[in-house]
Amino acid sequence: MLTKLTGGRVIDPEHGINDVVRDIYIRDGRIVEAPSDGKIDEEIDVRGKIIMSGAIDMHTHIGGGKVNIARTMLPEDHAESLLERTELMRSGCGHAAPSTLTTGYRYAEMGYTAGFEPAVLPINARQAHMEMHDTPIIDKGGYAMLGSDDFLLRMMAANEDQDAINNYVAWTLTHTQALGLKVVNPGGINAFKFNQRKLDLDEKNTFYNVSPREILQRLSRAVTELGVPHPLHVHGCNLGVPGNKDTTLDTIQGIEGLPMHLTHIQFHSYGTEGDFKFSSGAAEIAEAINRNKNITVDVGQILFGQTVTASGDSMRQFAGAPHAHPNKWVCMDIECDAGCGVVPFKYRDQSFVNALQWMIGLETFLMVDDPWRIFLTTDHPNGAPFTSYPHLIKLLMDKSFRNDMLSTLHPEAQQATHLASIDREYTLYDIATMTRAGAARLLGLADRGHLGVGAAADITVYTDHPDREKMFSSPDYVFKDGQMVVKNGQLIKITWGTTHVVKPQYDASIEKPLQSYFDKYHTLKMGNFKISDDEIIDDGRGSLTVQPLKQGGKL
Amino acid sequence: MTDKQSDSIFHDVASPFCGIASDDLVVEVNGNTVTVKENGDPVTRHGFESPMTDLSPRIKGQEATLDEAVSHIAALLKNSKQPLIGGMGTDLNGARAAMALADISRATIDSQFSDAAFRNILVLQDSGYMTTTLTEVRNRVDLLLVVGTDIESSFPRFFERIIWPEESMFGQQVESREIIYLGKKPSGQASTSPGGRPAEVIECDDACLPEVMSVLRALVKGKKVQAETVGGIAAADLAGIAEKLKSAKYGVITWSGFQLNYAHAEVTIQNICEMIKEINHTTRCNGLPLGGKEGDTTVNAVSSWQSGYPMRTSFSRNMPDYDPYMNRGQRMLDEGEVDVLLWVSSFNTDGRPPATDATTVVLGRSGMTFDQEPEVFIPVGVPGIDHSGRTFRCDSVVSVPLKKLRDSGLPSTYDVLTAVEQAL
Ligand SMILES: [Zn+2]
Repeated sequence: MLTKLTGGRVIDPEHGINDVVRDIYIRDGRIVEAPSDGKIDEEIDVRGKIIMSGAIDMHTHIGGGKVNIARTMLPEDHAESLLERTELMRSGCGHAAPSTLTTGYRYAEMGYTAGFEPAVLPINARQAHMEMHDTPIIDKGGYAMLGSDDFLLRMMAANEDQDAINNYVAWTLTHTQALGLKVVNPGGINAFKFNQRKLDLDEKNTFYNVSPREILQRLSRAVTELGVPHPLHVHGCNLGVPGNKDTTLDTIQGIEGLPMHLTHIQFHSYGTEGDFKFSSGAAEIAEAINRNKNITVDVGQILFGQTVTASGDSMRQFAGAPHAHPNKWVCMDIECDAGCGVVPFKYRDQSFVNALQWMIGLETFLMVDDPWRIFLTTDHPNGAPFTSYPHLIKLLMDKSFRNDMLSTLHPEAQQATHLASIDREYTLYDIATMTRAGAARLLGLADRGHLGVGAAADITVYTDHPDREKMFSSPDYVFKDGQMVVKNGQLIKITWGTTHVVKPQYDASIEKPLQSYFDKYHTLKMGNFKISDDEIIDDGRGSLTVQPLKQGGKL
Repeated sequence: MTDKQSDSIFHDVASPFCGIASDDLVVEVNGNTVTVKENGDPVTRHGFESPMTDLSPRIKGQEATLDEAVSHIAALLKNSKQPLIGGMGTDLNGARAAMALADISRATIDSQFSDAAFRNILVLQDSGYMTTTLTEVRNRVDLLLVVGTDIESSFPRFFERIIWPEESMFGQQVESREIIYLGKKPSGQASTSPGGRPAEVIECDDACLPEVMSVLRALVKGKKVQAETVGGIAAADLAGIAEKLKSAKYGVITWSGFQLNYAHAEVTIQNICEMIKEINHTTRCNGLPLGGKEGDTTVNAVSSWQSGYPMRTSFSRNMPDYDPYMNRGQRMLDEGEVDVLLWVSSFNTDGRPPATDATTVVLGRSGMTFDQEPEVFIPVGVPGIDHSGRTFRCDSVVSVPLKKLRDSGLPSTYDVLTAVEQAL
């Protein structure tokens, strides 16, 4: 079966193609050359339409324990967005913490074909994969979270060499079926268990005498030396703390040129100026990002309304719990591995702090020059549910809309930034870079995020509507692995995406100390910790796609 | 194949029969006979060793093929005005299939363990909590307060595995751990330290626990209490517990929703949980709700991620509606609202369906007996014995893989329910 998309305006930043009229041919789930004999089975007229590859959300909390706590905790949130069962779709619900099925459907309807869970606690990875397995259509994957786990901190306290740490990281990525490595409040989740309430970049964990800076360096080196394509994914110290921009600038300096991805940078870009002792550090942060080419960021934009914050950062979530709205929250210490905190929150446009957070996110988007190094996220659901992406895209692409919105916010907050004077408007090419080509490159997805011959046929076709929110809310067509899953903004077919992983080799010698660690201290056997390939394939609906390591990977 | 006779020994076997899901069992399989050789206890031995009897389905007491039974169930559901999927003693994939079936058949779904589980879930939905997990407790606890629960009767290996390991990770002398029972007294000596120090026991009736916990919380907050005794307990003893909670480095308060078996026990649990939050203003303290056997935690987790809601969710409007009171399965049966009850209990022959006028379909563990023969009975495999699977522990964080130990030929709950769904 050969399908031809005729006459679309192609935007494919991976190949430098910007609004060029091209035909695209699809066969067996892949983009192929035009057939030499000219024979096609199906032609779809997309003249005048904008064609991009399927969008990739590189940081979205779609699966795992804390997301499911959020779901269970928020029946009132679901009740306002119930979804009926149809011939095609299972029923479901949810706005801030949607059910897995609803999540997959909604992403596909917005032209997204992949989403990555960024905080997979190794001990909870099995659950994260179960939930992602029940998330239809989109591809998925996760970043395993280390940095507050006692095994690593013991290794560091014992000053073990980098090779041993690399081995442990490779072992963890392999057996949690992960695509990348994440660190959340490095060492801080662990320190909270010892009753430390904050941990600055150079502050030591009282038990291990290890600092966040050292953890970041060790883990970033491990990822780099193993050849894992995605740089260390960092949720830094002091999330949400006024003045944390200095910590963030220090973190960028401290990594000494190693690749590092700073996630939801908006939450880490705060100064302490002004009457409210809360100010925007976006300009300084953006400047540092522009200067340090080893750094990538996603924004974690906040948008106004009710949501829920779900994070591995138990230390900071506990600190934020008094702001819970509605007033209920969960914090957990987890298995000498990590922790989590779930705090519902309502961002208010008449709150000085929230309004400024909104501005800081947008300033960051607009002041970071290189769309290949900044990614569009709301840190779903922490800043806002992912369903608000079309609105966010409009804010980036339409200055007058942005400034109209700005003028309705807390008046003093409006005075506190230069947002109104920023003229930049994102182009469609910028959006395609951020949400497709750049994201695929950042994650090392070899055959996604572009429209070249050989790519997986994950394709989104939009009408070039001047209202960009309308445009990105409702694509004309979405193809997932060559199958049309959305037509005129409506789901027409349910498919099941693959799980992207990396499998760095490790030296089996690491299992000796691990075995003894599990036997002595854990309540689970090492063998039962490991997630088999069969568990991902499961009932046959799942599949694994092993992404290649970077050349020069050490092991 | 049911005639396989070869002996096999399995190591690192996880038990789905108790919420702490010990996964260090050594199990011998000889044909269809399963024997726990090492690390067994009364709960796991009963779970693994119950003999298999029935091999084929029955319709109205007559032997039938699986296909016939599946079609019969599908026909019942098709004509049902209000089906209830109950019991829900199953594993991950069984729960997934039950959810899919509930969705298509517009059933209400509830678990046999919900009365207990909801004592915690209602607290989560009203005010939340701070909790910890088994490995953290094993390595960190310095004070364990057990509220209204005799742990060892339900979790025989809890103390051995969680409280009295040979070594803890952070240099703490395990022997120094302090155990206090408040409410029920322990039924055995599992809580006695390896050095022979028994737990402190401060007894009171369940009926007094709400008041006792309120007073303890007030004392932790530094409030003065006028009464000399509360629920038969000297206020000074409670003040002593309050002081210990505040001075512990890593206190853990544990309870079992099953054993706090009185009306509005959720209020007591909420008081415990709010007190824990307050203690955390200065030191660390966490809750550890015990429960979660036989798929209890699993089915609530799966239901939450697939529908947004835990058990007690109805699909009768073609979308999930959650109501912990109206959708309580037993209430619906008592009020005669249910015409077809589909009962799943694949772990335990004791998990029989409640007596009801509703037409009853049972997917049960082989060997289950009935006072009243159900309309359809399908003996299904036990997850972790007859087929592989996954189940969650009580802490809702860790899930363990369950091994297939024997080739009994029994279908899994997933197989049966998926076939029914497809027949609809
Ligand atoms: Zn995040």
